[in-house]
Amino acid sequence: MSVKVSTTINGDAVDFVCQPDEPLLDVLRNRLGLTGAKEGCGTGDCGACSVILDGRLVCSCLVLGVEMEGKKLETVEGLADGPKLHPLQQQFIDGAALQCGICTPGFLIAAKALLDKNPDPSEEEIRFGLAGNLCRCTGYDKIVRAVQAAAKEMRGA
Amino acid sequence: MPLDTSLVRKQFKVIGTRVRRPDGIDKVTGRAKYGADAFAPGQLIGLVLRSPHAHARIKKIDISKAEKLQGVKAVITAADLPDLTGGDRGMRDILENCMARSKALYDGHAVAAVAAVDAHTAKQALKLIKIDYEVLPHVTDVDEALKPGAPLIHDDIFTDGIEPKPTKPSNFCKLAEYGHGDVEAGFKEADFVIEKSYKTEQTHQGYIEPHACLANVSPDGVAELWVTTQGPFVYRNHCAALLGLDANKLRVTASEIGGGFGGKTHVWAEPLALALSRKANRPVKLTMTRDEVFRATGPTSSASIDVKVGVKKDGTVTAAFAELRYQNGAFPFTWAEFGAMTAFACYDFKNVKTVSRDAVVNRPKCAAYRAPSAPIAAFAVESTMDMAAKAIGMDPIDFRIKNAAREGTKSSYGPVFGPIGIGPTLEAAKKHAHWNAPLGENQGRGMACGFWFNFGGQTCVDLNVTPDGSVTVALGTIDVGGSRASMALAVAEELGVAYEQVRCVVADTSSLGHNDMTDGSRGTFSSSMAAVDAARKAIHTMRERAAKIWEIPLDEVEWIDGQAKAVGEKHGNKAPLSIKEIAAQAANTGGPIAGHSEIVADGAGVSFATHICDAEVDPETGRTSIKRYTVIQDAGKAMHPSYVEGQYQGGAAQGIGWALNEEYIYGKDGRLQNAGFLDYRIPVCSDLPFIDTQILEIPNPNHPYGVRGVGETSIVPPLGAIGNAISNAAGVRLNHVPMSPPRVLKAIKDAR
Repeated sequence: MSVKVSTTINGDAVDFVCQPDEPLLDVLRNRLGLTGAKEGCGTGDCGACSVILDGRLVCSCLVLGVEMEGKKLETVEGLADGPKLHPLQQQFIDGAALQCGICTPGFLIAAKALLDKNPDPSEEEIRFGLAGNLCRCTGYDKIVRAVQAAAKEMRGA
Repeated sequence: MPLDTSLVRKQFKVIGTRVRRPDGIDKVTGRAKYGADAFAPGQLIGLVLRSPHAHARIKKIDISKAEKLQGVKAVITAADLPDLTGGDRGMRDILENCMARSKALYDGHAVAAVAAVDAHTAKQALKLIKIDYEVLPHVTDVDEALKPGAPLIHDDIFTDGIEPKPTKPSNFCKLAEYGHGDVEAGFKEADFVIEKSYKTEQTHQGYIEPHACLANVSPDGVAELWVTTQGPFVYRNHCAALLGLDANKLRVTASEIGGGFGGKTHVWAEPLALALSRKANRPVKLTMTRDEVFRATGPTSSASIDVKVGVKKDGTVTAAFAELRYQNGAFPFTWAEFGAMTAFACYDFKNVKTVSRDAVVNRPKCAAYRAPSAPIAAFAVESTMDMAAKAIGMDPIDFRIKNAAREGTKSSYGPVFGPIGIGPTLEAAKKHAHWNAPLGENQGRGMACGFWFNFGGQTCVDLNVTPDGSVTVALGTIDVGGSRASMALAVAEELGVAYEQVRCVVADTSSLGHNDMTDGSRGTFSSSMAAVDAARKAIHTMRERAAKIWEIPLDEVEWIDGQAKAVGEKHGNKAPLSIKEIAAQAANTGGPIAGHSEIVADGAGVSFATHICDAEVDPETGRTSIKRYTVIQDAGKAMHPSYVEGQYQGGAAQGIGWALNEEYIYGKDGRLQNAGFLDYRIPVCSDLPFIDTQILEIPNPNHPYGVRGVGETSIVPPLGAIGNAISNAAGVRLNHVPMSPPRVLKAIKDAR
């Protein structure tokens, strides 16, 4: 039995139907064509499916689609402003902060959630802010540096 | 016109610059399409049923109920994959690993698969498949598997490398020996002989993207496979052979790849997806869960190693010996032999010998994991070398410098080395600020060295000049960390144009000749070699076209700074012709302009690294944290330094995870107990410091730009470097990886 859900994704009103037990990640990927969020584990351990739900960073594999009714969702597809990349996106490219790139959407979302709350994080705050996201390629070095650079740019410093 | 691979370039214009990668925007906006991101009209969802037993005879499979479930379009077992391998043991093993035949050989071994209209229906169908198992005794430990009377995995393995060939089957699949000199005599000359035994546990590559594919087979035998892979051509060849398809009719397209590290060099469920699609006559999407990735795809070996090093008081190593026993999972391979070849490769020892014993066990088939087998051997050897240095009171770097291999050294595995970087990385480590920095309480500093062979292999590149003068390049090696940028740099350098004027794509298997797997750190080495070759051929063609336009002899046209220039007294005053101008006239001068290269990229230069690590050990809990880490490695020539640094940092991070945390934990029932990222914990951002890198460039004489592979060596030293750092921090020598808090704490308590 499907459920109809009305929600807001990246500023747009979106209606969808889904099964009551269907994870938000599956709704995004399979029903709405938003494949930027990735499934790395399906158990909330890797953060590749990170989205921002009503201002809060969550793993979309651990949220049900039906919980989206009346909520506001931000995904990686909504980060850029038209052709202008978000400073985090630009710094990830310029700083070679991605290798294979599968974890990148999740890191960008987690980093945005962090900077939304804390515009001037210390290195330690960045490392703990991103500790829910797994990257197997980079050793995190260039990711932390890219977030630092983006934070600085966004503060206008 | 054979490619002149001799090193000629000393000054580069674009090689070595940190340009933006061409796939960057797609990857930060979510638009990049990975294995699981493809959809086909009418696609079904494929799922695999896996054995819950470590070792069991499959007496009967009943799929009748599953087939009758509404929405199920195909159910397959081994019966749907007849053995077409014609006596090829390697291919038969691949087939049997993809789908169990008479026996399930490990927890997670595929036994059946279904395709249904949606995942929910497919899951229900799996539950309706009834399998009658006869559970057999199992063995998961390498030393146990080698004992007489151990449960026998295969009844047709007779140890390779023993003469005469044994008459009884066993789990001992291969014996090999390497070395030179007389180790027994050498040990007699030693002032100290250090002996130690080591164990390392099994780890997984841990790529964040699970295996995923979309298969589409038509009744006329035409097929397409979209897949995350390190080698679309090898996947094509293997899948075609296993399914009886014509290779030319199976077009494999490599998706963007979400990490591989060697784990995506084998076909796993792809043949099943194709078989399901063939049976259903519908596209089938098959994506593994993380649980399946851990239980049924390519971990690296666990191992057991004995090392013996004899040393004189002046630091000369008189003899070195190691016996290495690695398990290969359920199918035979030579992972221990790789360990035996790499173990002492950093050193110039007069007397050296290694013996390898490869074994099969009831675990998933091992696959390559970044410099496969070498980190395990290096942990044992570098720990023992540190103990030897301590025994004679010598600085560990000085001790290694004294014994380091150099140009002309006959390596422990046979070949004589050309110009190599082990000595320079050690010298750089000694001078590095890190080596001499102060340490805090409960902290210790360790260092270790590492070696990897590197590989070249069959490689193919197509370069095309478009009518507007820009350049497209089709590559056959996949891009897992920025290699499209590096290949564009190579072509831009050769043609003399801007990086932005060159666009590289990874071609599908119907659009380019065969390319070997992207492994062995070969992607940038071999494809840049082929890209340079293709660019030079295009330049030749463009000189011909310019000569035709000018109506002058070819030898009076040179290629300078991206333009054709007429030279000599007679024609030297002609205005040069740019690529754009030459391309615009292509229709009148001979047609499209291209350059093709098909090569075997020989001469991959060997690779060495030295790492320095500061570890802090909590004496109350045994927890080790890495406070500072430095990687020094020879790149030959760093084409894109940021991505070279990235390889260094990523390998070090994986090594740190392996050293401290990661391990496959099997229960007494032979089942994997930690098949998820919660319990198989890889390093997270807050576990690591910044990882410093120093790139050395000792040119590879066999590559036109001096490039060596850089991808793998960085995972080789960390286990040893961290073990040595823990020894210096806590005063205990760990001989079992991972050096997890319980093991470190036990060692501390035992020492008290």
